[in-house]
Amino acid sequence: MSTEQSLSHAAPHESAALHTSGEATYIDDLLELSGTLHAALGLSEQAHAIINTIDLSQVTASEGVVAVLQAGDITGINDCGPINQDDPILADGLVQYIGQPIFAVVAHTLEQARMATHKAKIDYTPLPALFTPEEAQAQQHFVVPPMQCVQGEPAKKLETAPHRLQGTLKVGGQEQFYLEGQISYAIPQEDNGLHLYCSTQHPSEMQHLVAQALKLNKHQITVEIRRMGGGFGGKESQSAIFACIASVCAQQLQRPIKLRLDRDDDMMITGKRHCFYYDYDVGYDKHGRIVAAAVNMVLRAGFSTDLSPPVAARAVCHFDNAYYLSDAQIKASCGQTNTQSATAFRGFGGPQGALAIEMIMDNIARELGEDPLTIRKRNFYGKTTRNVTPYDQVVRDNVIHELVAELEVSSDYAKRQVEIKTFNQSSPVLKKGLALTPLKFGISFNVVHLNQAGALVHVYLDGSVLVNHGGTEMGQGLHTKIAQVVANELGLSLTHVKATATRTDKVANTSATAASTGADLNAMAAMKAAHSIKQRLIKVARTLVNDSQAEVIFADDTVQCNADHWAFSELVQLAYEQRVQLWADGFYKTPKLNWDKDAMKGNPFYYFAYGASVSEVLVDTLTGEFKLLRTDLLHDAGEALNPAIDIGQVEGGFIQGVGWLTTEELVWDARGKLMTHAPSTYKIPAVNDCPEIFNVQLFENSNREPTIMRSKAVGEPPLLLAFSVFFAIRDAIASVSNYEINPPLDAPATPERILNAVTQARSQASP
Amino acid sequence: MAQVASNSSTSEQAAGAQGLQFLLNDKLIHLNHCPPTQTVLQYLRTEQNLVGSKEGCAEGDCGACTVVLGELNHQTIADERAVRLRAANACIQFMPTLDGKALYTVEYLRQASGELHPVQQAMVDCNGSQCGFCTPGFVMSLWSMYLEHQANNTQPSDIEVRTALSGNLCRCTGYKPILQAGQAMFDLPSVNFDHVKLGMQLNALQREEPMTLPSISAARIDKNINDSDVTYFYAPKNLAQLITLRTAKPEATVLAGGTDVGLWVTKQLKSLGDIIYIGQVTELHQLQRTDQGLHIGAAVNLSDALQLIAKHYPQINEQWQRFASVPVRNAGTLGGNVANGSPIGDSMPWLIVLGAQVHLTSERGERHLPLEDLYVDYMQKSMHADEIITAITLPLPKPLQRFATHKLSKRYDSDISAVCAAFAIELDHNNMITDVRIAFGGIAAIPKRATKAEATLNDQPWSEASVQAAMQALAEDYAPLSDMRASAQNRAQSAANLLYRFYLETRTEQPLSVSQLSVFNHEANT
Repeated sequence: MSTEQSLSHAAPHESAALHTSGEATYIDDLLELSGTLHAALGLSEQAHAIINTIDLSQVTASEGVVAVLQAGDITGINDCGPINQDDPILADGLVQYIGQPIFAVVAHTLEQARMATHKAKIDYTPLPALFTPEEAQAQQHFVVPPMQCVQGEPAKKLETAPHRLQGTLKVGGQEQFYLEGQISYAIPQEDNGLHLYCSTQHPSEMQHLVAQALKLNKHQITVEIRRMGGGFGGKESQSAIFACIASVCAQQLQRPIKLRLDRDDDMMITGKRHCFYYDYDVGYDKHGRIVAAAVNMVLRAGFSTDLSPPVAARAVCHFDNAYYLSDAQIKASCGQTNTQSATAFRGFGGPQGALAIEMIMDNIARELGEDPLTIRKRNFYGKTTRNVTPYDQVVRDNVIHELVAELEVSSDYAKRQVEIKTFNQSSPVLKKGLALTPLKFGISFNVVHLNQAGALVHVYLDGSVLVNHGGTEMGQGLHTKIAQVVANELGLSLTHVKATATRTDKVANTSATAASTGADLNAMAAMKAAHSIKQRLIKVARTLVNDSQAEVIFADDTVQCNADHWAFSELVQLAYEQRVQLWADGFYKTPKLNWDKDAMKGNPFYYFAYGASVSEVLVDTLTGEFKLLRTDLLHDAGEALNPAIDIGQVEGGFIQGVGWLTTEELVWDARGKLMTHAPSTYKIPAVNDCPEIFNVQLFENSNREPTIMRSKAVGEPPLLLAFSVFFAIRDAIASVSNYEINPPLDAPATPERILNAVTQARSQASP
Repeated sequence: MAQVASNSSTSEQAAGAQGLQFLLNDKLIHLNHCPPTQTVLQYLRTEQNLVGSKEGCAEGDCGACTVVLGELNHQTIADERAVRLRAANACIQFMPTLDGKALYTVEYLRQASGELHPVQQAMVDCNGSQCGFCTPGFVMSLWSMYLEHQANNTQPSDIEVRTALSGNLCRCTGYKPILQAGQAMFDLPSVNFDHVKLGMQLNALQREEPMTLPSISAARIDKNINDSDVTYFYAPKNLAQLITLRTAKPEATVLAGGTDVGLWVTKQLKSLGDIIYIGQVTELHQLQRTDQGLHIGAAVNLSDALQLIAKHYPQINEQWQRFASVPVRNAGTLGGNVANGSPIGDSMPWLIVLGAQVHLTSERGERHLPLEDLYVDYMQKSMHADEIITAITLPLPKPLQRFATHKLSKRYDSDISAVCAAFAIELDHNNMITDVRIAFGGIAAIPKRATKAEATLNDQPWSEASVQAAMQALAEDYAPLSDMRASAQNRAQSAANLLYRFYLETRTEQPLSVSQLSVFNHEANT
């Protein structure tokens, strides 16, 4: 394998063979240490209430129960919030949502522990509760003060705009539904230490919060994660409560404690994607160009702060999507509700922010009787003018024009649009719809200091290489890409390099694997570490050939210098004998970032990723059912580090987005109890939701910034590609009113919402 | 705990048990006792350290636990080979149901050389795994399909691959690479499976006598442990034994496929006490067409039952494909769906309009009841405690009958209906309605006929005016509820619209074809 190949070729996931053979180890698969006990949680049955008394006598007496722990058993601080301290590990006197953990039962088996949790008798005094963002807005109940970004003179420009359009929109939340539920396995160590296996995207934060809860120093806690069975944002902050409870139990009982959540408990306890309520007001000219926009977004933050402020900030910074807004007022408020604390989920507010302006584009088009794509294109950011975002960042890498043009041709957009209109005229019940939507997504954490990463590279005497870095593997192929980068740097074939479990005792103070930055940050750090070792080996080689200027080439598992060459392992052995350090660290921080979070101005993103999609759907106007007939995706991953893995991210992100906007509906009852808490009632896309015609391409591009090998982050952006499905559905619905009416359609577009929109479009259509 | 050989003790013999025997990845396992509701997944993971099979939901909805079960074909219409290998959900299957069967887990697939099986290799080649947690389940679903097609020397269509994977959820890939792997696996050098050998092994495991399996060891029973601490799993072999047992133990839980009962344990954490398993009762496996119609024994799984019914009533094809998932259909029974009597059961509306009869048997004999008369009120049935549903019979299609059934849910695959509708109508040559039967699920406390709507239609012409009147009358037939699946208003509107769709499909003048009426039947991009 040549050097080039080890970098860019489409290597399969490093664990692919282990995945398919069932040998890949997840935390619940680890051999249990003898003496391991199992924990389960007792949950609140009230949305908002004072706990008067807790009678746990029957819980304690239940078969197999070893201990029952409550808030008072926590040695340190009873909190696991990532930003604000408003996330109790165990509820202490007050419950704030149905599903909030109140006590932990530890028993010999998991079944015994679960059985016992239902035997508690808790007496509550109910308090008034809020459930929806609209209610929270009306009561001005927010977890943090509202934020806004203002550009130009939106109020004035709205007044003078030739056309004006106002409306509201609701978009539902989304359960992450990682297939591997939340799990922590805490093992007491000597000298009060603790080793914690935790399915988490953020080992360093788990270490911090566990240390805080146990009143220990961080150096006494090691957090380890080899791989997660999916994360999607749901294991960034939400793994903390389980990490802390398992650790508290382990500390108290000095026994290994495993806390593995049943799926229903997991869904009842943990936060999901924020649902949004929007109120918008736009002015536009006769060409459909927006001259001013004002939007107020209200998020369902849930009972605590969690990550809602940065989610809201990202929503604000993505309301523009691919469109230039000269004058805009973008406001976001995090409504406090008595529900699960909404959290990170792939896109982190970006998809919600951008969906609103896509709805606006769609509306303007129908108001003017134009094709929505025409209106979208007229509003695209320019390349040299009309290229400043509402938050003042200049868009320097805009490729949306050429990307959309390419997709328009490859998907036969114009021709199919004509065919669809013809079809609809002769089809009384079933209607087709088509839509092309673009995306632009900012890459970097919106909080500047989080954009840093470290790595350790060890070269062993047999020439094999081990990489440790701060990123976590959740299926996205991060370890594969990092191994490729290190192999490339050292001229090795991929089999010589292994990226292994993420551990807080290897690389310290890491950031979450989130915001799509995993490879951008950690691969760069790993490459730098490998580069240091390479420099040392170059010196050794030059010494061996006695030529201090000689060119040294690392390729094909060998090192060549002038007429001499060595197997990589031979040179490593020679270097060792010369007492050369064969391991190194690497550190990377993203340049060019600045952000004023109060003014909401600056350069929060290092660069932008782009993409576009075309979807065609068939809608049943009698039942509201729909089928996705065809999708074409074109996505910008820069110079892809691994095209196979990147295409997997694009396809998977798209389908996940389709789920968010169509089948996945979170429903709370009047008491605030989540009614969709298992796959029987909460429907993520299944195999027949994947369209039969599904063309997926990476856009040929190179990152203009010197990112790792000029690649672009690819984890989150493709989720926005799903917009085309939602707007294709809306296009099909609009056909019943001869495209004259903007059907009022909220997300997710379930059969019920689609049927309601059809009914309304019909009733409002001119005869 | 696995024990290689049994040292028979007196109490074991007294219990009539020779223990539970099955093959686990080709190895004979013999258990003298087992908690009756221990799931196969719990056993694999905690007692065998076979941790490749995962728990994703513990309710048979995600497929991460998928295993393959091999068993001898019970069907009297023995037109297929003796051994069947089918995907199953280990998370809701109880251990004692494995008696006389072969269980295969993902750990079985790697070849002796260490090479991956073609199913696994194709998944690697197509980038079919990302986080990998669902992957073993997909591999096992694909393997069961691989075995079937390999034995018949065929290759599946895209639709067949999709159907085989309808019970597996993947949150990472979006499914496309897995669908590709489902085809690519046939391009790799094949790995054979010896069906004949397995048939012989399984034949040797079949027992003559019924199984009575205690929850705890004979040694502990001998130590005079309180009787109530011991529960038994009874697996009678014939109807007489079943009826005797049922009479003696009316409080025991009757178990067929366990696709619902399994959740009483894994989700509701119920103790079920003694269990009477009907899966080994020979008579209840009858599945045949007789002169009177179709006879479906209560132990016949849904895969087999729906296949036979669809031969005669192809209108249920879509319902068949959308009825839960392949592994659930392989385990669950039509008898169980009917016996459960849930208002959202998907078979009852169409069984009712087709005139299905349910056979109830007890020591007092057998009686037949029109299915709609079985349901009295929410979870209440006109069935005595000692009665067992032994069969469902269905008349053969009538020449003038038009029939359709539709399911409305948020997702195509493996979802629960918001509304499930079934219509059957007979018209004379003057377009007059001579018989009409309408039934819905999901919009009342029980699966129920729309008697008011039917009344407006009887002896009327099958016309726009008539159907509109019937649509109005549905409002008097049903007062649907609002829940997480749909609002009351939407259920009512959808029910009426589904009736209208049936009219459009069956009206005498200019009827619309199914492809003009169903998004799922439409040929893409026509």
